[in-house]
Amino acid sequence: MFLINCPYCGERDQQEFKAGGEAHIERPKQPTELSDDEWAEYLFMRKNIKGVQFERWNHAHGCRKWFNMVRDTSNDEIKAIYKMGEKPPAQ
Amino acid sequence: MTKNLRVKSSEYIDETNRISFKFNGKTYHGFKGDTLASALLANNVHLVGRSFKYHRPRGIMTSGSEEPNAIVQVNPGTNRTEPNVRATEVEIYEGLEASSQNCWPSVEFDIGGINNFLSPFFPAGFYYKTFMWPASFWEKYEFFIRHSAGLGKSPTSSDPDIYDHRNIHCDVLVVGAGISGILAAKNAAKNDFKTLLVDEKNELGGSTVYENNEFNKIDNKTPSEWLKKEIEELKGIKNLEIKTRTSVAAYHQYNYLLARENLTDHLEAKEKTNKIRQRLLKIRAKKVILATGALERPLIFNNNDRPGIMLSSAIKKYSEFYGVVCGSKNVFFTNNDSAYESAMSLYNKGINVEAIIDIREQSESKIIKKVKEVGIKIYWSHTIVDTTGYKRLNSISTMKLSNDGTSVTGSKISISCDCLGVAGGWTPAVHLYTQSGSKLRFDEEKKVFLPNQNTSEQISVGSCGGDFKIDEIIKNLNQKLKDTLNINETDLDSIKVEIDQENSKRNIWLLPCDKPLGKTKPFVDYQNDATAKDIKLALREGFRSIEHVKRYTTTGMGTDQGKLGNMHALGIIADTAGVKMGELGTTTFRPPYTPLTFGTIVGRNVGKFFDIFRRTPMNDWHVENKAEFENVGQWKRAWYYPINGETMHQAVQRESKAARESAGILDASTLGKIDIQGSDASEFLNRVYTNAWSKLAIGKCRYGLMLNEDGMVYDDGVTTRLGENHYIMTTTTGGAANVLGKLEDYLQTEWPELDVYLTSVTDHYATASLCGPNSKKILKKIIPDLDLSDENFPHMSFKEAKIGNIKCRIMRISFTGEHSYEINIQASYGKDLWDKCIEAGKEFNITPYGTETMHLLRAEKGFIIVGQDTDGTMTPIDLQMDWIVSKKKYDFIGKRSLYRSDTMREDRKQLVGLLTEDPNIVLEEGAQIVSELNQSPIEMLGHVTSSYFSPNLNKSIALAVIKGGKDMMGKKLFVPMENKNINVTVSNPVFYDEKNERLNA
Ligand SMILES: [Zn+2]
Repeated sequence: MFLINCPYCGERDQQEFKAGGEAHIERPKQPTELSDDEWAEYLFMRKNIKGVQFERWNHAHGCRKWFNMVRDTSNDEIKAIYKMGEKPPAQ
Repeated sequence: MTKNLRVKSSEYIDETNRISFKFNGKTYHGFKGDTLASALLANNVHLVGRSFKYHRPRGIMTSGSEEPNAIVQVNPGTNRTEPNVRATEVEIYEGLEASSQNCWPSVEFDIGGINNFLSPFFPAGFYYKTFMWPASFWEKYEFFIRHSAGLGKSPTSSDPDIYDHRNIHCDVLVVGAGISGILAAKNAAKNDFKTLLVDEKNELGGSTVYENNEFNKIDNKTPSEWLKKEIEELKGIKNLEIKTRTSVAAYHQYNYLLARENLTDHLEAKEKTNKIRQRLLKIRAKKVILATGALERPLIFNNNDRPGIMLSSAIKKYSEFYGVVCGSKNVFFTNNDSAYESAMSLYNKGINVEAIIDIREQSESKIIKKVKEVGIKIYWSHTIVDTTGYKRLNSISTMKLSNDGTSVTGSKISISCDCLGVAGGWTPAVHLYTQSGSKLRFDEEKKVFLPNQNTSEQISVGSCGGDFKIDEIIKNLNQKLKDTLNINETDLDSIKVEIDQENSKRNIWLLPCDKPLGKTKPFVDYQNDATAKDIKLALREGFRSIEHVKRYTTTGMGTDQGKLGNMHALGIIADTAGVKMGELGTTTFRPPYTPLTFGTIVGRNVGKFFDIFRRTPMNDWHVENKAEFENVGQWKRAWYYPINGETMHQAVQRESKAARESAGILDASTLGKIDIQGSDASEFLNRVYTNAWSKLAIGKCRYGLMLNEDGMVYDDGVTTRLGENHYIMTTTTGGAANVLGKLEDYLQTEWPELDVYLTSVTDHYATASLCGPNSKKILKKIIPDLDLSDENFPHMSFKEAKIGNIKCRIMRISFTGEHSYEINIQASYGKDLWDKCIEAGKEFNITPYGTETMHLLRAEKGFIIVGQDTDGTMTPIDLQMDWIVSKKKYDFIGKRSLYRSDTMREDRKQLVGLLTEDPNIVLEEGAQIVSELNQSPIEMLGHVTSSYFSPNLNKSIALAVIKGGKDMMGKKLFVPMENKNINVTVSNPVFYDEKNERLNA
């Protein structure tokens, strides 16, 4: 159980948060133009990296805001946290 | 048998406070300060249990939490009973009762002891090999195993004690209050770090506090004297919190640790009442200092498990700390100098030490010279090859070791004794360290695993960090403290230490014997009865990974997690397989370090706090009217209202009929309600629902279906347009929180440009749903000035009105197919609204109905319930709800997925109605549907999702999902059940009032 530094509220216990999967996968603007394969790529394909991963998190039992996190999935080390719409930090 | 084995009053034992307790039904006496183990030993009781597999008699081996044998049931037969407790950790109190486990009928005469003589038939993997075949015999085997084995009994009534949780945030957490922990905590606190010091024992000081080796001196005092003075000084230090009887169970990432603080287990029953028994401490520490010490290793030799065979360090602790001697004729067996300290401790108290067997060729330290001086016989280069005595050790036999240590030579010497102290060196207690994710390295010279790579801000000091001698401990501790706390000077700078130097080492993991391994019993894991032979057998059978060997032989799988024998298991594997121990690695130590009670884990979350439920404002009425309740989405919902002893079926049939014939009323307060506002609210709804919203007039309601991006139905409900930029959305009861979460997700991450604001108002409104042909008349009585004509207030529309002075929102919508109204009012007036409806409805025999009747009525109409008729694999097309999917909208959540090749398959499971040939047979929900009975294997076409006996149609009806069901109208199928095949016909899922004429009745 690690602490997460919500960019809107500050440091809170992990149990207040909900993980939302891989970050920076943008919903296609024109889904109807996509082939089945292209749509499937958006819909299903996730990297699930062991190591440094860019993720979405939601302060579900707090301010309800979504934000991004860079986390090492092998040891839960949080490398960075930044708001939605902000540029990810350079690796 | 009961002679007094007390040697000298110890300051930790209060001999003026005599305590009586019972063990295995017999009354004994001890003193305040005793553990159950020390008090039993003082009464000359060694035999305390039977081993798990062979039921061999076993005695107390240690003096701490690593105890593998002395596992007892505390207060058996009471609601405070606790199994699997280590006698070495139980502090005695007046009235304590304890009993042995894993023996029947008694520890003295145990029927399972026959397994010991059958032991050639119980090799490693015996259970896996034997009980696998034939499969049908498993139940018989299980019966046999369960009755002949078992570790303790759980209580059968509820736990009377109170448990608690507490969060602690500190700068420095010090785990272990031995010499290193005390010095670390003292210096941290003095340097303004908020410090917490915890120790599992009831007294501070670890083993140094009774360390009286005259050749070791700290500032010219014995370590014991010196440390007591340091402990005294701790009392005045601010910033320092000390918790004894507190055992750290888990060390997680980010320096998050869980500890169990034991508050009342040492108190007598009357003092326990109304106090918190145990508290789980959730500690977040900026820095962690592990000072967990080291555990003494046994030695692995033939029959090394008899009662009376103990760790040498335990014998010393019982003698020095508790003032108890464990035997009258003592022998020690060692590979290092520490046994000599234990021997001198006994000698100084006037107790016989017959001999010391030492596998080393010689050693020249001062303590050894002293032992020689006082005339204790030392057998250098010898090993023990056997022991005798069934329920208590009565002799050992020793032989000379060959030069390479792999065999024995010469003649056998037998020495009679009733207690054997075994000293196999020390294993740093790195359990918590590895739990934190940190990595170990193997030190070939010291033959120990040591901390190597830390993953968080932590240090390991003292013997858990590999420093065993006081001079090394102080020197390295000082440097580590300065580095980690970033300070320049400490109290340790000026400490002067003199120590006795040990100058020879020898380590043999499995000691040789004059008999071959197959004929001997050298136990490695005492609790699980794994011997060196079992480990070698596993290797011969091809197991290589240490984790596999562990599971196959069950070594280290007991409640003690193999704290004593794991290193020997690794050593034997390494020697046999010819690999280095560093390459072999070690098994994973998992939390908890010592077992936790369930009470500690759940804390206050018991009884009504176990699973928190919400209740609607009308709840009291439902309770008064004897409703049965069901749990839906963390709500207590009225399920049905039985009267005059009705069964559920009878009540539901009556309620369902009344709702269609006259009037019914349902508490719909639990439906999720989301207030949606903003200039883009209509556009937002267009994107989240499958149908179009822009043209919905103000004051109108519309049913909406929400999909996941994969095209599968996610939730449904009616949304009402309250104003130009204002909607109120209803969701399913169970889906409310998730729907809000999903909508927020899209708003914040995909469509931040939309001007939309969402607020959950589920709990703000109470909702009464009036339904039936007389619902209009009832509403008219409550709100006389509201025009309820179809012209002014048609189906699927909304009106704001007032009941008295209180505003309410009324939607004319229907989930039953009847003319009905949903009246929403501020929650605090919910009960009042309900009472008014009941009062006004009396003349129409208004019938309250619960969720079951609601389900039945909607099934008659073929309305789906998301989560019952759908399961996350149903598209709106599968549900035959094409009418609600907009063809014109460019996009909405899930739209693209409806055109994937898979979602367009013709043979997907589709929602249909199902009628039984015999109208009285009600199908079971979940029952499978087939078209051919004589196929093998039979193809499963689908299953029943909803099924009821309809009182309004007087026949059984069901909804089902069937492959290609859309094109099967009228087809005859079968529902095969255990004793019969039920004939069914596929039908239209709308069974009642297909033309919706009743909505306007
Ligand atoms: Zn927040």
